Amino acid sequence: MSDRMSPTDNNIEYVTATIGGQLFGLPISGVQDVFMPERLTRVPLAAPEFAGMLNLRGRIVTAIDMRLRLGLPPAEEGRPRMAIGIESKGESYGLLIDTIGEVMKLLAASREGNPVNLDARLTRVSAGVHRLDGSLLVVLDVDRVLDVGAHAEAA
Amino acid sequence: MDELLRDFLTETHESIDVVDVELVRFEQEPNNAQILGRIFRLVHTIKGTCGFLNLPRLEALTHAAEALIGNFRDGAPVTSESVSLILTTIDRIKVLLDELERNQAEQAGNDQDLIELLGRAAARVSGAAPAAPEAQPPASAPSAAAEAPATNAGKPARPKADAAARPSEEGADGLAARKSIRVHVDTLEQLMTMVSELVLTRNQLLEIVRRHEDSEFKAPLQRLSNVTAELQEGVMKTRMQPIGNAWQKLPRIVRDLSNELGKPIEFEMHGAETELDRQVLDLIKDPLTHMVRNSADHGIEQPAARQAAGKPEKGTIRLSAWHEGGHIIIEIADDGRGLDAQRIKATAVARGLASEAEIEKMPDAQAFKFIFAPGFSTASKVTNVSGRGVGLDVVRSNIDQIGGTVDVKSVPGRGTSFAIKIPLTLAIVSALIVEAGGDRFAIPQLAVVELVRVRANSEHRIERIKDAAVLRLRNKLLPLVTLKSMLKVAEGGDDTKSAFIVVMQVGSQTFGVVVDAVFHTEEIVVKPMCSRLRNIALFGGNTILGDGSVIMIIDPNGLANAIGSSAAAQHAAENAREIEQRTEDASKESLLVFRAGSPQPKAVHLSLVTRLEEIDAKTIEGADGRLMVQYRGQLMPLVLVNEDVRIKEKGVQPLLVFADEGRSMGLIVDEIVDIVEERLRIELASQRPGVLGSAIVKGQATEVVDIAHYLPLAFEDWLAWAGGRTDRSPVRVLLIDDAPFFRNMLAPVLKAAGYAVTPVASGQEALALFEGGERFDIVVTDLDMPGMDGFDFTAAVRSNPRTAAVPVIGLSSLASPETIERGRKVGLHDYVAKFDRQGLIAALKEQTAEVDRAA
Repeated sequence: MSDRMSPTDNNIEYVTATIGGQLFGLPISGVQDVFMPERLTRVPLAAPEFAGMLNLRGRIVTAIDMRLRLGLPPAEEGRPRMAIGIESKGESYGLLIDTIGEVMKLLAASREGNPVNLDARLTRVSAGVHRLDGSLLVVLDVDRVLDVGAHAEAA
Repeated sequence: MDELLRDFLTETHESIDVVDVELVRFEQEPNNAQILGRIFRLVHTIKGTCGFLNLPRLEALTHAAEALIGNFRDGAPVTSESVSLILTTIDRIKVLLDELERNQAEQAGNDQDLIELLGRAAARVSGAAPAAPEAQPPASAPSAAAEAPATNAGKPARPKADAAARPSEEGADGLAARKSIRVHVDTLEQLMTMVSELVLTRNQLLEIVRRHEDSEFKAPLQRLSNVTAELQEGVMKTRMQPIGNAWQKLPRIVRDLSNELGKPIEFEMHGAETELDRQVLDLIKDPLTHMVRNSADHGIEQPAARQAAGKPEKGTIRLSAWHEGGHIIIEIADDGRGLDAQRIKATAVARGLASEAEIEKMPDAQAFKFIFAPGFSTASKVTNVSGRGVGLDVVRSNIDQIGGTVDVKSVPGRGTSFAIKIPLTLAIVSALIVEAGGDRFAIPQLAVVELVRVRANSEHRIERIKDAAVLRLRNKLLPLVTLKSMLKVAEGGDDTKSAFIVVMQVGSQTFGVVVDAVFHTEEIVVKPMCSRLRNIALFGGNTILGDGSVIMIIDPNGLANAIGSSAAAQHAAENAREIEQRTEDASKESLLVFRAGSPQPKAVHLSLVTRLEEIDAKTIEGADGRLMVQYRGQLMPLVLVNEDVRIKEKGVQPLLVFADEGRSMGLIVDEIVDIVEERLRIELASQRPGVLGSAIVKGQATEVVDIAHYLPLAFEDWLAWAGGRTDRSPVRVLLIDDAPFFRNMLAPVLKAAGYAVTPVASGQEALALFEGGERFDIVVTDLDMPGMDGFDFTAAVRSNPRTAAVPVIGLSSLASPETIERGRKVGLHDYVAKFDRQGLIAALKEQTAEVDRAA
């Protein structure tokens, strides 16, 4: 197997971020950009996870507060936040996270299914995990992250 | 693809659609030589081009069809079978064209079956009839070998027809060709996107310049802004298409259905020239087709049933379209059996859409809405055409998607009518930017009637009737809502001591929206809401403002629905307004007090009652499930105030007779009690149909009855949407513009603002109207028109003593000092730039106010 595949095919590059102390990863291929969310317009009547809309270079981006999406308490006021820009079905979304981390190159084969003891709130949005030295990187499943409201009661 | 081939395909597709429609018409009017001529020419053109492009299959097929049509031209009798045969041939041609489009070459294959049939039909109708005296079922397709002579049999008729067709063809088409060119739809779409972006950029520039007092950019930017606006209008114009384009296939569909189902159906189309944005047009094509099929299948009964019901054997489906307030209304009406309220209610309960208790109290009109629920079908048998439970829900979701609404009305035994209301365009709208709860929102200007500033001591003040806030505006009461609380963006009570009220009109609903602040209007490019947020009905989209921030666009329909979820409540409010107004005029009201169904007294305004009558109970007749009485030589329909009213078996039955525009209706009551003079204060709370609200009359709580509720119960032709409203007569505006586009754009805007608009295309037409004795309160005219321009027209109006006093407002895209001076000389009252709709409405208000003062 290794002699037929180049090393890069074996690796997945992840943009990593921390949300509420937990490390998450998004495959870099799905990430459009990383930006500081500014001038958010809130959307009345929307679920609280929808942090609002913003204009990113002429595109309208829907911002989703990942802390609330994961059922965590809201971030402290005034703390600067970052957003990871992704696209789904032709629409732009920004996932609001606490801090952005480095880009990690991990072996595709080292991805595992969700451990049974993984927090249910994480299981909902996880597409598997990578075990790192002393910590766990949860791979975000974008479709499920965007499926806000599907588990509104549980959260 | 080969350029030539592509042009051929586009052109042929269009021609074929036309042939479809024309053939159906032809079947009904077989003696109309003009239609036949057109069909012949189209088929002939296709055939000719096929030969040129080397498409032998198509050529052979069109050739055979042409031969048959040629025989008709020579006077052969037209039969339904032969038209069917030609239609089948056209279907085959379509299949071939599709293959051609996919593969860019004609597929090998054989059409001898059809050619044979066509040949035989041609031979038979031309009287030669060597081959086929036996019936010709289309299924018995003969083998490929034996067809050649048959094809030829049609030939002799052809050359003559050819010669006749040619000259007129070139005369008409040649002229049209020089005036229009084909542009690919994608090109227009791209143009539109770019204009949208240009508008956004222009807005941003304007915003920047607004912040700098005297910038040298100001003048050129103003120019840029105007050019952008004109460009935008121009591009929008290229996208406008007559709705008839979406209707083209319908006559054929109805015809086929009519044959298939064995029901003769007349299909009428009105207003096919009504224009709307092609994007919208594309989106409504399928829903419309579906609804027409539905009417043919479910709506129209079998001929026997129709005869039994005393109706003409031939059913009618009427499709009409017209503009109304920035929207287009499309109505599909049939004169069939109507919706079965009982069955719908039963199905609704069975499917758990409503409880038995709810259903029992539910008026039929409300129950009819269930037919739009997913998977809802009451059709007892599944037909090839419909009844499979997919349908109206899809129709509604399609219409919802483009911000439209669909409504249904039905009278048992008389028919059903659907009204679809959709916006003319989805792309760019003018919007009012307001603030509520610290956020800004955009309200589409088309729905905004006016703005009112309210202060504690001003003449406009907010009053409360029970829990509902209302605005007293020019002696009318407007229901009010607070945008903050609708959007749940602010806690605590509504602070309405000092506020701005945006008066909005959506359909027949008028209401005030309280906002914290009003900024400016801005042209915005509507971008759809993120799909995950589309469930919020109050927003119709979002956009980026000139200052770069994102803003939510309020959906007026959503807002209106959220306010008056029941149309009846809104109607009651409307009537209450009228009553309030009378209360103002004469503080005391004459009321007729009566009892009906309950000991609690009911009242109605005496001025609305035409007569009080007592009739012999025995003369009441039931006909067609409705109550009637012979009254003054006519049959007068009778309506019960409510189900609890008992019609007397014998003796005298008291009636209240209402007459409206030549029609009378009797309202059956138990007892007429009294006529009282009372200062009426109506509490507006009633949700019940037929009741305006309650008031204290002579110390007793009394229900005030809403007569408007009962009129439609008596007269099914109130079913028609078009009119029937008995408002005070609105200001009559005569709108003159040679461009249909502007007439179509401006007329709805003015109508939405409450004016009665008569659009005409030229000054001569307008003068002819005046000459014919028509009266208008005000004239709005384009100044640059071919022939008699706006200045000449104004001069003519001024010189006639009868019309000299009518104010004239001029519209122009170019306002130079010279033209303004010239306008003043001929007697123009006001001058408005052509694209400035708000300015126009303001000017109209000002001028009509002056007329009122003068009168």
